[in-house]
Amino acid sequence: MQTALRTSLPETELADRANFAPQARIVREERPVQTSGLPLSIRGLRKSFGDNEVLRGIDLHIPVGQFVAIVGKSGCGKSTLLRLVAGLETIDAGSIGFGQDVQPEDIRVMFQEPRLLPWARVLDNVEVGLGRDRASSDAHARAEKALTEVGLVDKRDQWPSVLSGGQKQRVALARALVSRPRVLALDEPLGALDALTRISMQRLLERVWRDQGFTAILVTHDVSEAVALADRVLVIEEGRIAHDVTVNAARPRERGSVELAGLEGSILSHLLSADDRT
Amino acid sequence: MSLIDSVSLPRSFRLPRVDGLIQWIVPLAIIAIWQVASVTGFVPTRVLPAPSDVVLAGWKLLLSGELVRNIWVSFWRASIGFLIGGGIGFAFGLANGLSQLSAKLTDTTLQMVRNVPHLALIPLVILWFGIDESAKLFLVALGVFFPIYLNTLHGIRTVDPQLIEMGRIYGMSDGELFRRVIFPGALPSIFVGIRFALGIMWLTLIVAETIAASSGLGYMAMQAREFMLIDVVVLSILIYALLGKLADSASRVLERLTLSWHPAFQKR
Ligand SMILES: Nc1ncnc2c1ncn2[C@@H]1O[C@H](COP(=O)(O)OP(=O)(O)O)[C@@H](O)[C@H]1O
Ligand SMILES: [Mg+2]
Repeated sequence: MQTALRTSLPETELADRANFAPQARIVREERPVQTSGLPLSIRGLRKSFGDNEVLRGIDLHIPVGQFVAIVGKSGCGKSTLLRLVAGLETIDAGSIGFGQDVQPEDIRVMFQEPRLLPWARVLDNVEVGLGRDRASSDAHARAEKALTEVGLVDKRDQWPSVLSGGQKQRVALARALVSRPRVLALDEPLGALDALTRISMQRLLERVWRDQGFTAILVTHDVSEAVALADRVLVIEEGRIAHDVTVNAARPRERGSVELAGLEGSILSHLLSADDRT
Repeated sequence: MSLIDSVSLPRSFRLPRVDGLIQWIVPLAIIAIWQVASVTGFVPTRVLPAPSDVVLAGWKLLLSGELVRNIWVSFWRASIGFLIGGGIGFAFGLANGLSQLSAKLTDTTLQMVRNVPHLALIPLVILWFGIDESAKLFLVALGVFFPIYLNTLHGIRTVDPQLIEMGRIYGMSDGELFRRVIFPGALPSIFVGIRFALGIMWLTLIVAETIAASSGLGYMAMQAREFMLIDVVVLSILIYALLGKLADSASRVLERLTLSWHPAFQKR
């Protein structure tokens, strides 16, 4: 089965940029006022490691503020795509554009491991996320605000080692959000958490995304998580986007609803049929 | 809190107070038995003087100022040798941990030199320096160099690469990355090196002062042997043990203060 591959439609893209450009200029002048997301245009993106051709031409347009989930078999290149977007790997061919010049603080990544500094208190760990603004006078206040958003301000003076796995990941989220990023890339951030903690983290993620309006790209191996959170689910197969599924369900979404379960089933069958072919 | 978080803390770091007294029972008992054995003549004082005789000898030497002077000389040699050897070892550890070029240039050579037991160099060192201060400082510095070098290097190389990548993503400069990620990450291993080095420091000094010195605790012990003052010999040995223990305790306190973030050092 072939779902239409959505190549970037020139009209919509232009419309996005036209809407976006004037606003962007204002934001540039007075950070850290409430910022909005950035659009993402990927064209003909290729990446190999030695003989291993991981991404074989990715074309993708993500409008401002969209929540995109990426699913696919283990090793299909999801993390690689995310690392390329975040600028952590070099591009072999093709391009990734955000419609304008971006600052390092505009794009943040969250990984499966919290990657907190064990020798820094929780609040200091969040301040790391301010990047070049770390030395500014309101650094403390901003870090505290970010911690409040994830509900952990009472842990501000703790060492990370006393936190639970879910709490560590919330601190990592606060660190990623403290600079008000305009794109947030998430690489299986909830993969190591237990089922209940996952659900509460999913709610938190959805809430901050709605509050802050950044563009979110979530890699996950959990299809139900993908349909619960995302506006759109991409399935990667053999280094290309094989399916592009829109999730229209209204928010807040009811987990386990018939609509979501149906979507989940069809995405899973894509994944499984690909598995049968290989 | 997950299961793993709550189970795996080592307990030895938070002993209750009673246990603090328990550890002194055995040494005190040994001293008491030793005293009784000497007084009753079961152990001839020519072989081992009574604890009371050792204390008395220490008191006399203390009054004459000889004890303080010798301890001071040994302490000075130990500290200066440690600072020189440790400083150079730390510098090479940093350089080779941070720079591939530096590691390629010097690591193999250093690993080769490491296989020479530094005490085997004593005859050579005496030929070079005589029984001058520099001979002792050189030997101590050489002995201390390797544990500090190896553990600093190991500490830096084993810092979690994911944390380093995180630091880069969040825009840390090289200096900041070193100060906030690499150095704190290497510190537990550096402390292991320091504790090893302290042991080697005393051992080297004892040997060097016994063979080639005209002052210091080792010299005091050798002089006492010539005059058959066995109580002074035993006293010197005990003072070495005490100094070694003090140095170890000092490094533990420092470790506790700087590694308070480490789960092993957290009081519940
Ligand atoms: N730095 C790297 N060097 C060599 N091969 C890599 C590297 N990163 C990823 N790969 C390879 O690229 C493929 C895709 O990896 P990845 O993007 O991590 O997959 P996924 O996240 O979808 O599980 C795998 O075969 C992996 O072994
Ligand atoms: Mg991955």
